[in-house]
Amino acid sequence: MSKFVIENRIWDKEESLPRGELKALQSAKLRETVERVQNVPFYKEVFSRTGITPGKIQSLDDLQRLPFTTKADLRAEYPLRMLAVDRAEVARYHGSSGTTGKPTMVAYTQNDLKTWANLCARFLTGGGLLPQHTVQIAFGYGLFTGGFGLHYGVEHAGASVIPAAAGNTPKQIMLMMDMQVDALVCTPSYALNISEFIIQNDIPRNALNLKYAHFGGEPWTEDMRTRIEDEMGILCFNNYGLSEVIGPGVSGECAVRDGMHISEDAFIVECINPETLEPIAPGEEGELVFTSLCKEAMPIIRYRTRDIASLNPEPCACGRTTVRMSRITGRSDDMLIIKGVNVYPSQVEQALLRVKGTAPHYQIVVERPDRKDVATVKVEMTEESFSSSMKEMQELKDKIGRAIQGITGLRMNIELVSPNSLERFIGKAQRVVDHRKIV
Amino acid sequence: MKLKQLSVFLENKPGRLRELCALLAENQINIITLSLADTEQFGILRLIVKDYDKAKTLLESNGFVAKLTEVIAVELDDQPGGLSEILSIEEASGISVEYMYAFVIKSGEKAVLLFRFDDMDKAVAALQQANLPILDSVELYQRAEG
Repeated sequence: MSKFVIENRIWDKEESLPRGELKALQSAKLRETVERVQNVPFYKEVFSRTGITPGKIQSLDDLQRLPFTTKADLRAEYPLRMLAVDRAEVARYHGSSGTTGKPTMVAYTQNDLKTWANLCARFLTGGGLLPQHTVQIAFGYGLFTGGFGLHYGVEHAGASVIPAAAGNTPKQIMLMMDMQVDALVCTPSYALNISEFIIQNDIPRNALNLKYAHFGGEPWTEDMRTRIEDEMGILCFNNYGLSEVIGPGVSGECAVRDGMHISEDAFIVECINPETLEPIAPGEEGELVFTSLCKEAMPIIRYRTRDIASLNPEPCACGRTTVRMSRITGRSDDMLIIKGVNVYPSQVEQALLRVKGTAPHYQIVVERPDRKDVATVKVEMTEESFSSSMKEMQELKDKIGRAIQGITGLRMNIELVSPNSLERFIGKAQRVVDHRKIV
Repeated sequence: MKLKQLSVFLENKPGRLRELCALLAENQINIITLSLADTEQFGILRLIVKDYDKAKTLLESNGFVAKLTEVIAVELDDQPGGLSEILSIEEASGISVEYMYAFVIKSGEKAVLLFRFDDMDKAVAALQQANLPILDSVELYQRAEG
């Protein structure tokens, strides 16, 4: 275990407001948000269809009168019809995997970027960050919100960043040693790779000055936490976010590490039954739904995350009054997270449609044989795609692989199988077999 | 001048090849010759059978992917240098072999080579020009039956 002890620090006063005050703040910001989304044709249309006028939304009690927003809605409004400001006011765009070939684009004004950096600084501070610390970010920098979100959060907290970006494990470790890095930011599965490399190369623990890590981007388990903490001698903290809501910074663990504090001055959280859409009691699992309260460029109303977790409204020993969410224990749709990348089976389906002669029957098998995610797509042969030439068969596999990588950004193994060998389903097909034990 | 070869996709699973052979046997389909190309994960079985249409339907109705592919059969004396000569001719015409296999006919004096070239029509023309005996299907089956 780590000898590192973190002091309990709270970054913003909004994290520990009396509940009544927090609710009043949320109500006021909700009214503003409902006004603001009148600039978005999508919301304007939905509101008028359902007979909602901004005046009808006065407090949190009226929240349930508002419609949900889904990933499908965002896809339909691609790329920028969800914007509530002129494009001239946008300072940055990010994106996340779409269910098909196109990503879902999100936008930030200068103010949004400040809000976002502050929310990241908040959970980082809750999990040990001090201004004198050096933080290495081993997340991808790009459309993915992880890299840039955490980067500006660390800077905003007054600490220093090494933007190492994802990959190249030996270089990551070299930087951590030479720069005497205090904290690591990455996906938990990548931390497992780093840890394995350190062990395999007999790098002594005291060569590193690493004290703690903040993990996000994919679901993980307490077992993984124990393993990484034991192997690396550090403390590991969980954080949560999604680009549609803002990116990382929606919630994160404090020193108590018993659930992730949701920044409720910036988001209203609900937990619903994904089938009936009815609210779920505290402590029970349901789908999380978020409404943004201070986003300018792309405010979002009751966004269905499809992430399954439970909420804990009990006060926390750290002094924060904000509600805590559990780890994500599953999805209410079929999205997969492979190597930290969101993947929908429908993306694989779309890739197969682009390769002539391939069957619509496929299966995605995900495994984690040696700490690394491996995805294999099984594709049934057809007379059209089959060739007596081995070269052409290899080309077919390469073509399918490239089409999938083009859409998902991930390299997957392709396995050609006999026709009718994959299980057929009545109704919703089970396209995915996930052998990883991550929840 | 081109012959029909029956190509079958075989997933590498225990018993798959035996299953296929049993099917052909039960239906009195004789395999004149065959070749199997395989990778770790799947194989391609190439068969020369007389009743290829019947065999194809039979295999398909039993869950196999089967396809008819054209190949060329060349008859040669069973002695050194025969294959080398054919390959020289095709190479000179810029044609590549995709795959090939061979069998010795019953009399034991002649061998039949089966070829799949990347350009089948050009390959036939080049072989004809060199006066090499290309077998048609009737001739091939005659040879096979001795």
